[in-house]
Amino acid sequence: MSRAARFLLPTLVGLLFLLGWEILVRANDIPPYLLPGPMAIARAMVEDWPNLWASLLVTLGVTFAALAAAVIGGGGLALIFAQSRWIEASLFPYAIILQVTPIIAIAPLILIYVRDGFLALLICAWIVAFFPVLSNTTLGLRAADHGLLDLMRLAGARRWQILWYLRLPAAMPYFLAGVRIAGGLSLIGAVVAEFTAGTATAGSGLAYRILESGYRLDIPKMYAALALLSVAGIAIYAALALVSWLVLRRWHESEVRQEL
Amino acid sequence: MTLVALRGVGKTFSNGTEALRGVDLALGAGEFVSLLGPSGCGKSTALRLIAGLAEPSAGRVEWARRERLGFVFQEPTLMPWRTVLGNVRLPLQVAGIGKSEAAARAEAALAQVGLAGFEASYPRQLSGGMKMRVAIARALVTGPNLLLLDEPFAALDEITRLRLNEDLLGLWASSGLTVAFVTHSVYESVFLSTRILVMAPRPGRIVADIALPEAGPRDEAYRTSAPYNEACRTVSAALKAAMS
Repeated sequence: MSRAARFLLPTLVGLLFLLGWEILVRANDIPPYLLPGPMAIARAMVEDWPNLWASLLVTLGVTFAALAAAVIGGGGLALIFAQSRWIEASLFPYAIILQVTPIIAIAPLILIYVRDGFLALLICAWIVAFFPVLSNTTLGLRAADHGLLDLMRLAGARRWQILWYLRLPAAMPYFLAGVRIAGGLSLIGAVVAEFTAGTATAGSGLAYRILESGYRLDIPKMYAALALLSVAGIAIYAALALVSWLVLRRWHESEVRQEL
Repeated sequence: MTLVALRGVGKTFSNGTEALRGVDLALGAGEFVSLLGPSGCGKSTALRLIAGLAEPSAGRVEWARRERLGFVFQEPTLMPWRTVLGNVRLPLQVAGIGKSEAAARAEAALAQVGLAGFEASYPRQLSGGMKMRVAIARALVTGPNLLLLDEPFAALDEITRLRLNEDLLGLWASSGLTVAFVTHSVYESVFLSTRILVMAPRPGRIVADIALPEAGPRDEAYRTSAPYNEACRTVSAALKAAMS
């Protein structure tokens, strides 16, 4: 399948879907407070743009801070785990507990204990996002080829040299896959935390706008905020996929195009 | 002069497998010694013991003096994220040798194995035979006096293998290297070696030590000569006796 078709086909499906939606809404005279058509949503987006844009920036602020913390925290913790199986065995179960406990259940507690609103949201989003980075990087650091480990030992390599020349590059594809997952999870974590916080924090992210619009029965604005969240998620994923491609394109199978 | 010797060496792995029992062998300077035997006879383990990649459970490994080692694995074992030059340069980098000197020596080693011009390629762009040449260049780059090869050509096609056999012999003849070569091919070992150690499995041990007489230049003609055929017959018989 050509590149153009890969792009055009889903675009065409999307446009047909929106067209059908608009026709359905108009033909049945469905009021906008039940189901707004795409045109009404677009109008809401334009009219409320300053307000929505400001909220988007707030949500993205939490998302990127959480992603950065997940990359540093997850990657750093994985490096510590790689130094000693004892440390890993002692701490890894707690990382799993943190991961499997639903964030929506922990968030209210965090919001009580952490007075700073931004920090509270950041912690919630980080808890959701850091695990894939941690587990993937831990796996990657251990996945170095045994022959190459023998080679480093024969060359008289020190511990840090084995880490620097062998383990870190070998872990890179795993790490980047973890970061890609963490990107989407950061956004989800930020939104979930905002929902839980509601008006409790000074912040006014997109989740807060959705709640607020819901109370006011401003359904078109709810859809507009939702659309912005989706676009933000797609953009984050695309950006991280690009980073992965830039780093791995010369050598890793996942990013190298096979010539047939 | 003996470079290195195994004295009464045994090796039992932690799962209880006895890989080697009572192995005595000595590698003399300038020799090309093959360890020949079926899979599971401990020939790779013997090589790893010489290299210091494993510790003997019994006996000892004796060195006359510290030697520089080069090791070539069954697989090319290259770092896919490094270029050909980067891979060959690695042992020098680990040893803390400056970038420009390391690059110059790596280029020289690549030229030695006939890979000049491929410095900037990545391993995935090379054929199996070329990858193995890179691995050999990496083993040579530190200027070793003992080269250990663990079935390096087993995964290659016949044509590539014969070619690499000849090139390896050329390297050995021109450099004064001592070579220990693990193989399961009678023909390969006879073509290359000055001495063949035949090994038998369960537990791994050396059952025959066959010195090959100097038979003129080892080239394409040697592969069909009478001394070559004679040696193949002797070695095959020893191997057969070892297996029964």
